[in-house]
Amino acid sequence: MMNNTVMNLSVFQLSIAYIFVLIMLIIFKSRGIKREKQILIATTRMTLQLTIMGYVLMFVFNNPSWWLTSLMIVIMISFAIYNIIKRVKITMSKELQEIIIFSIIVGALLTAAFFIIIVLNVRPWFNPQYFIPISGMIIGNSMTGIALGANKLCSDMEEKRVEIENSLMLGATPFAATKAIVNNAFDSAILPTMNNMLTMGIVSLPGMMTGQILSGTFPITAIKYQIGIMLAILGSTAVSTVLFVTLGYRTFFTKDNTLK
Amino acid sequence: MFELINIKFKNILDIPSLSINEPITCIVGTSGSGKTTLLRMLNCLTMPDSGTILYNDQDVSKMDAINLRRKVVMLGQTPVIYSGSIEDNLQIGLEFSKKLPASNNVMKEVLKRVELNKQLTDKCSNLSGGEKQRLCLARVMLLNADAYLLDEPSAALDKETEQFIIENFVKFVLENNKQLIMVTHSEQIAEKFPDSIIRIEKGKVMVAYDE
Repeated sequence: MMNNTVMNLSVFQLSIAYIFVLIMLIIFKSRGIKREKQILIATTRMTLQLTIMGYVLMFVFNNPSWWLTSLMIVIMISFAIYNIIKRVKITMSKELQEIIIFSIIVGALLTAAFFIIIVLNVRPWFNPQYFIPISGMIIGNSMTGIALGANKLCSDMEEKRVEIENSLMLGATPFAATKAIVNNAFDSAILPTMNNMLTMGIVSLPGMMTGQILSGTFPITAIKYQIGIMLAILGSTAVSTVLFVTLGYRTFFTKDNTLK
Repeated sequence: MFELINIKFKNILDIPSLSINEPITCIVGTSGSGKTTLLRMLNCLTMPDSGTILYNDQDVSKMDAINLRRKVVMLGQTPVIYSGSIEDNLQIGLEFSKKLPASNNVMKEVLKRVELNKQLTDKCSNLSGGEKQRLCLARVMLLNADAYLLDEPSAALDKETEQFIIENFVKFVLENNKQLIMVTHSEQIAEKFPDSIIRIEKGKVMVAYDE
């Protein structure tokens, strides 16, 4: 029997789930691993951030408008950019950071807009119930892709300096001298998404689908959404990382085609 | 033929005027004297802070660096081997400089010239330091450049092979009317070409062709 609404969860019921945190604290304490502070911080942050997000979403859903949806997207993208720059261990040049910003905006936003407006045919386009969670998933995956690609690109450019310079001495263009490195960076950016697709539906039911099923959506409908979103995620990760690596490698060279 | 005018680079090089116009030139000097920096400038890998470098009367800074490097090929101190076979490593230079691939016979010929006794299909992972160096020399010979810049080409070679290989390279350069400029530490090589020496100390030219 299908319910069309999810059972409501009382705050009291939810608080019982914090018993898992308690178990973890006991294990860490008894083994002498000094992580109590981090566990508490992580749990508190998760609870607070999600609660605030819940109220924000309630507000946005009750007052649907193009500018509120756009504002949410801008905040998400800004946070994604900040997160990429923080996650790349090597200090990046200003130009490379600008390319990250350009790649995620073009890659994620265009794909999200295409998927929501053309594929899902959401009307009005800014309908926050669709636009915000779906853009969030797409931006989040592009973010991970670019961060992985940027890490690989920057570390390879540093490690393979001698080889790149040798190729230049043999008359190579910067494009030819870094072709393998750029391809590797692209590959490592896209690989997690591909691997995820391989096991999807067998090992795990993806979060979005699970959520839809819990709230009473027919599994077949939920799966159609899930397939769609996976394709959109693949597309946005590919577009944003390919933009990033193909524009990004150039920032390691001067206008005289030497390594900086 | 290179012509340097008022070249300054940090406190590494200070050359008011220098002509490098002999077919064979050996640049000698103690380590840290600026030899490699000078060589890199001739290949547009390092740009001087001020001054002009002319190659065949053309201002190098106004030339397309990639085109210049296809005419003036440099070989760095550390031999760089790409993944793949001996053949892949020989062809990659031609591929980079957008030239036609070499035939098997030409490749075997050039391996003979550098005394590398290997099959074209052999993997490169087991090559010794000296063998790698010789493979790199063979690779640049195939490029048929107008001028060669070699940075310590014999660093990884033992005394006897060193002499043989360098003599062979010199022969190749003279036979084909090319120019060779090499940085070397080797007394033996420098002695062999006494009229071809440019000595650099602390970034300044002390001797240019026995003047």
